[in-house]
Amino acid sequence: MKQTGDNGKAQRFGMVIDLDKCTGCGSCMVACQAENNVPFREDESDKTLSITWMRIYRLTNGKSFPDAEICYLPRPCQHCDGLHEGHSPCVSVCPATATDYDGLTGIVSQIYTRCFGCRYCMAACPYHARHFNWWDPVWPKGMEQYLNPDISVRMRGIVEKCGFCFQRYQKALEKAHMQGRRELEEHEYQTSCTQACPAGAIVFGDLRNPHHKVHQLAQPDFKKHGRPKNPMAFRLLEELGTNTKIYYLSSKKWVREAGHNPSVMDKPEEHH
Amino acid sequence: MDSALIPKGVKRCSFFQFMGGLGVVSLVLLWGVYAMLLCWIKGLNQTNMNDYYGFALWIWADLGVIALGGGAFFTGLMKYVFGKDELKHIINFAVLIGFICYSSALLILAIDVGQPLRSWYIFWHANVHSMLTEVAFCLSCYFAVLTIEYIPLILENRQIDKVPFWHNLSHNMHTYMAVFAATGAFLSFFHQGSLGGVAGVMFGRPFAFREHLFIWPWTFFLFTWSAASYGPCFTIWLVRITEKITGKKLVRETAIQLLAKLAGWMMFTYIIAKIIDTIYWATVTVPGMGFTLADFYTNNAFYGYWILFAELVLCGVVPALMLVTPKIRQNPIGLFIAVTLGVIGVSLNRWVMVLQALAIPVMSFDQWVLYIPSWQEVATTILPVAYGVILVMISYRYLPVFPNEAELNPLAPETPPVVEAQTEEDGETQDAPEPEMAPAEA
Repeated sequence: MKQTGDNGKAQRFGMVIDLDKCTGCGSCMVACQAENNVPFREDESDKTLSITWMRIYRLTNGKSFPDAEICYLPRPCQHCDGLHEGHSPCVSVCPATATDYDGLTGIVSQIYTRCFGCRYCMAACPYHARHFNWWDPVWPKGMEQYLNPDISVRMRGIVEKCGFCFQRYQKALEKAHMQGRRELEEHEYQTSCTQACPAGAIVFGDLRNPHHKVHQLAQPDFKKHGRPKNPMAFRLLEELGTNTKIYYLSSKKWVREAGHNPSVMDKPEEHH
Repeated sequence: MDSALIPKGVKRCSFFQFMGGLGVVSLVLLWGVYAMLLCWIKGLNQTNMNDYYGFALWIWADLGVIALGGGAFFTGLMKYVFGKDELKHIINFAVLIGFICYSSALLILAIDVGQPLRSWYIFWHANVHSMLTEVAFCLSCYFAVLTIEYIPLILENRQIDKVPFWHNLSHNMHTYMAVFAATGAFLSFFHQGSLGGVAGVMFGRPFAFREHLFIWPWTFFLFTWSAASYGPCFTIWLVRITEKITGKKLVRETAIQLLAKLAGWMMFTYIIAKIIDTIYWATVTVPGMGFTLADFYTNNAFYGYWILFAELVLCGVVPALMLVTPKIRQNPIGLFIAVTLGVIGVSLNRWVMVLQALAIPVMSFDQWVLYIPSWQEVATTILPVAYGVILVMISYRYLPVFPNEAELNPLAPETPPVVEAQTEEDGETQDAPEPEMAPAEA
């Protein structure tokens, strides 16, 4: 049974994050943590040990007052496609196929029961979107009652990461099937961070579906590995060929240039 | 006390002195075992690794010992496949060192993974596109080959050799050793290479990434090449250290010189290839990915251009030139300096490909992250060294590791009182005279 989107093609779920709207409030991080049973420790001051599927970076233009500018950049897993489908930096290196690329949705998954904790995927990911469980999760007394039953908690010694709230996709798909539908409406599958963002900075949907807002905002050119046609849009480290499905919008040139190197990206276009 | 086990025609320290030495090294070993148990019981939170440093000291040690253990496959290849028969005088020791290095690598990996009990998934759920899968398969197979190569040496122990079954088994294994040596060289080519590929395929890490030939990045070939160049240096280095400790000449100089010469030319050609690779990477690959060389060597407290100079010139070009120059190679001090620099050089190469690659920020708004290992990491890294020393001590005492030892260190003619002493030995003198330690075939 082939599952397809409503435009008859395999879906490519992705995100557009408008950095002009993001206030850095952290709601997306909290929502993500609650939705996905992300563990935390009493002392989270060392951020290199924190499990943050969604992490907010604070960018500055390096200038002093009054020219100083700040931008907050939320960074979930970038769900890279690579230069040929499924050749994500992490998927291609995992020795035990514990991280996989779903050809129907474009989601890079993590199979927690198969990961044996070699951490090669973490070394290969330039976005630091992958996190290792250095400790077994310990929940404050009573909090285990609040855990989401739709997603397993992870044990010590394995890697975890953002899966675009895949459990929500499965639930929405089940519901649609019960109603005799094969496809999902745009609103039926939304990630927790998208819904939690008070500024509406995060938009989620099928990048290949022209009716979806993400497609309209990013205007991905799939003949050029999804490179955005929208001049305000960019993808992190686009020049490495990771071909991510997270698009960022910013009206500020310095922000766009902090995210990728346009001088490198423009070269192929000039040649062809 | 254990004289019946000691090869004939050689002199060993007293049993108590031996046990004393063994005891001291065992204390270090126990310290490492304690740290290892902490890591297994409490988890990898015992280390100073973090989400930036998923690979750290252990993976460096792994890559390091595998490169340094490359002396086994290279010596075997030269002796059995290319017919450099003179190397039979050093092959036993090379195999022993290879066995220690590879068993150490497997031990370190068993500590390093987050869920050691799931390690078999790498074979069961193998991702054929992953370089690490190739490493796991080839490493396991080659370790089996090294074990097969090491077994005949154990069987040559004076007492074991008396049992006809073991004697015949050892003899038959020698007959087929060329097949195992060739298999070992084949497997080594792939696992040494795929260890290089582990770094070279990471296109999200411009420092480690290299262009490809078919599916293999240049690091694939460079790692194999460097292991064949620097591995024999480590074998020679350890021979010299063992000779210093025992106060004896243990290997014929002709064998050492031949191996040093081969290693020297391998290193000479390797370092030319490595320099070409570095120039191409710095001028084409890195700018093509939106970076400059300065991004990798500046704005941090540790990694500067010095490390590039140390790896390529000081511990690359210099020892290569020293080893290919007969006058320096034949000078004991010159040879020792050259092989020492070589050992440091390959260790540096593996260090930068693992730790520097992860220290460098890739996103422009990210930052350098440096790392200092915890004592548990240090102890578990020293653990295989202690284990190696113990295995060398035991093998040297009881096995014909150095087949020329008796010939190079003739014992003083036995005087009548010694003859009397022999009669006191428990029945040994009743046996037919045993041959003195002779060159083994493997």
